[in-house]
Amino acid sequence: MLFSFRMLATRALSLVGKRAISTSICLRGGHGVAKVDDYALPAYFDRRENPLPDVQFVTELSAVQKSLKEKEKGSWATLSNEEKIALYRISFKQSFAEMNEGTKEWKSVIAGMFFFIGMTGLVVLWQRKFVYGPVPPTFESEWKEKEVQRMLDMRINPVEGFSAKWDYENKEWKK
Amino acid sequence: MSLAKPAMRGLLGKRLRFHLPIAFALSLVAAAAFKYGVTEPRKQAYADFYKQYDATKEFNNMRDAGVFESVRPTGE
Repeated sequence: MLFSFRMLATRALSLVGKRAISTSICLRGGHGVAKVDDYALPAYFDRRENPLPDVQFVTELSAVQKSLKEKEKGSWATLSNEEKIALYRISFKQSFAEMNEGTKEWKSVIAGMFFFIGMTGLVVLWQRKFVYGPVPPTFESEWKEKEVQRMLDMRINPVEGFSAKWDYENKEWKK
Repeated sequence: MSLAKPAMRGLLGKRLRFHLPIAFALSLVAAAAFKYGVTEPRKQAYADFYKQYDATKEFNNMRDAGVFESVRPTGE
């Protein structure tokens, strides 16, 4: 008798999966029970990692569905295949195959990628023109020629690398 | 509407029995390819280079090119 009021509310919840209980004020002891909002109640969602949600999908059963639920209490061998599927759809919104199927989102993702890469390219071009100063003198061709000659004189990587490709006898690159 | 009951157990074992031999084989192939594609030719290249290497001649060439700080080119 003491906990009958509170128990009643939760029993009603689990039986029918009712989501919306508007203000229910328990008048025992002269204080009220807080209004329960939709988001605070157990919710239904299709997730692969949570295969059995807290509530069934269909909250308000039609007459046909109610009678089907009554039939479910008996032997399941008497249920036809369509009835079994109907019972499944009462409890669940999407099957695993439906919830796992891919979307076409990747196309938008790729499109966004290309767009932003393009924007970045424009920004880089603008930077080259308006922000950066001239390149150091070490990039001029005369400087680079002297640099290469010095590297060959020092015999940089003479076995497999740089100087290995230079023909010292004929003073030209090896064919 | 009777589907076959899906496999409930031994999934990891099945996967390992399939993938591990392949993984080992591929790793061995990769190692062998690197050894005979990279390291053996490199060792041969170094051997060939040093077979005909005259250190003094190379030193004199480098010295005359003027890259050393400790010795000036011959004739200066």
